[in-house]
Amino acid sequence: MLQRTVPIAILGLSGVILMLAYFSPLTTSWGETVLEWFNILAAVAFVLGAGNLLAVNLEKISSRRPGWAYAAITLVSFFLMLGFGLLKVGAVPNPAHPEVSFAGSYDTAESPFGWIYEYVFSPLTATMFAMLAFYVASAAFRAFRAKNTESILLLGTAFVILLAQTAAGMFLTGWIPEDSAFAFLRLDWMKVAITEHIQTAGMRAITIGIALGVVATSLRLILGIDKSYLSKG
Amino acid sequence: MNTNTHDRQGGGGGGSFLSRLGGLDRRWIFLAMGLSIAVPILLKLRFPEVPGPMARATFDAIESIPAGSRVLLAFDYDPASAGELQPMANAMVHHCAARGHRIVFMALWPLGKQMADATIKDVLLEFHPQYAYGTDYVQLGYKAGNEAVVKLMATDIPQQYSTDAAGAALASLPLVADVKSTTDFKLVASISAGYPGAKEWVQYANSANPEAFKLVSGSTGVQVSQLLPYYPAQMEGLLVAVKGAAEYEMLVTAAYPSADKPDLLAERLGQGRVRMGPQLVAHLLMIGLIILGNIAMVAGRSRGGAR
Repeated sequence: MLQRTVPIAILGLSGVILMLAYFSPLTTSWGETVLEWFNILAAVAFVLGAGNLLAVNLEKISSRRPGWAYAAITLVSFFLMLGFGLLKVGAVPNPAHPEVSFAGSYDTAESPFGWIYEYVFSPLTATMFAMLAFYVASAAFRAFRAKNTESILLLGTAFVILLAQTAAGMFLTGWIPEDSAFAFLRLDWMKVAITEHIQTAGMRAITIGIALGVVATSLRLILGIDKSYLSKG
Repeated sequence: MNTNTHDRQGGGGGGSFLSRLGGLDRRWIFLAMGLSIAVPILLKLRFPEVPGPMARATFDAIESIPAGSRVLLAFDYDPASAGELQPMANAMVHHCAARGHRIVFMALWPLGKQMADATIKDVLLEFHPQYAYGTDYVQLGYKAGNEAVVKLMATDIPQQYSTDAAGAALASLPLVADVKSTTDFKLVASISAGYPGAKEWVQYANSANPEAFKLVSGSTGVQVSQLLPYYPAQMEGLLVAVKGAAEYEMLVTAAYPSADKPDLLAERLGQGRVRMGPQLVAHLLMIGLIILGNIAMVAGRSRGGAR
């Protein structure tokens, strides 16, 4: 009983305080306190995340599921970085307190933590992101087909934006005077028209829709109607 | 290398070249994309850029605040987006320092602090060695909590950050000793790759005090549609993807060249323009591929119809 009532009460109280804090200066400090709790919880969530990472990967290794070696590499990397960071291995001494070795910074490129970040983690994440270019090109070739009116509109928009986002836009249509009657044929003009009018109008509608959804969901949570965030049962 | 079944479709004999094109092995596409990126980089292709209104608005926002103002730069991204966002971060830090603004760095992303550290080392201290820690710039570092961090920054910064990233009390750092909230800054800039980032700065900091400070942002291309509704009313400037970075770089380097390190400045603040070369060729390749794919579809249909 308490396992469900207490979290619902904390959530309801926090939600009401945060709402009041927005409208009444008298309750601003209460709202700040609640936000501090949130920050502490967000930091604790990293510990929960680490626990979850351990549980999932250890289970994968112990049951020798396909790809278990990747799970082992994940865990070794995790403990390596955790150890380097927590123990400040090879930390560069702090100029203000050179006599206290633990006062040094652990994340400069001279320390193992910083070196791995700089020369392993950073290039790997950039590579992962860069690989999208290859898959997007392949997907565009296979899936971007002018099958109906909607897809033709999408294709036309894509061409305009792809060209206008580079020097090709100015090269192809930059010669049309900006103040002429044909300025609307300039790719940069078309890009502005698409992004600032069509795209922004659509995005505003989506944003308002999302905001209404957030309000509805928040009210359901604060009033204790939606309990899906609690454990099963 | 495995290829999916679609790659092999149409590969059999009998079909016309155009209809068989639909089954083009994707490894050819990967090769073409690789070349379209590698060749412009190796040849150092650069194309002329014309600064657009958004880049100009960002430049003007930083120009319009009094020289020596206190500004807050939030590095809300990580190395995955550095290719797109680091050029604009470099240019923005140089711009602020050239104007004599005093800069407070912070991050809503765990690795944002490292991105800011690299920018401080490569740009701020390289071209503005007179900048002293504590009086001219401060690194607050990363704080967990997403939008709650922004919301608390808008009301009580010492409660959010009792120390800087190195553990020094804010009260001991002249630049931030008297800072209470984001209203003590003339400008807030978020270099943002997504959530939490520029949108949260608009919703929780700017909306609380719309007149107190100017807000500008640098954004990745994929999330810019979420930010466009806020420009230019709530967000005075918005740099969009590599193109925005290249345009802004042009404005900043033209206005604030380096007298003693011109080549190094051209290299560090030319990354956006360097990346526009591969982007141009890659975009043209994409357009070519889409056209080819559609020609293959039409050819395949007419072949099916002829049967």
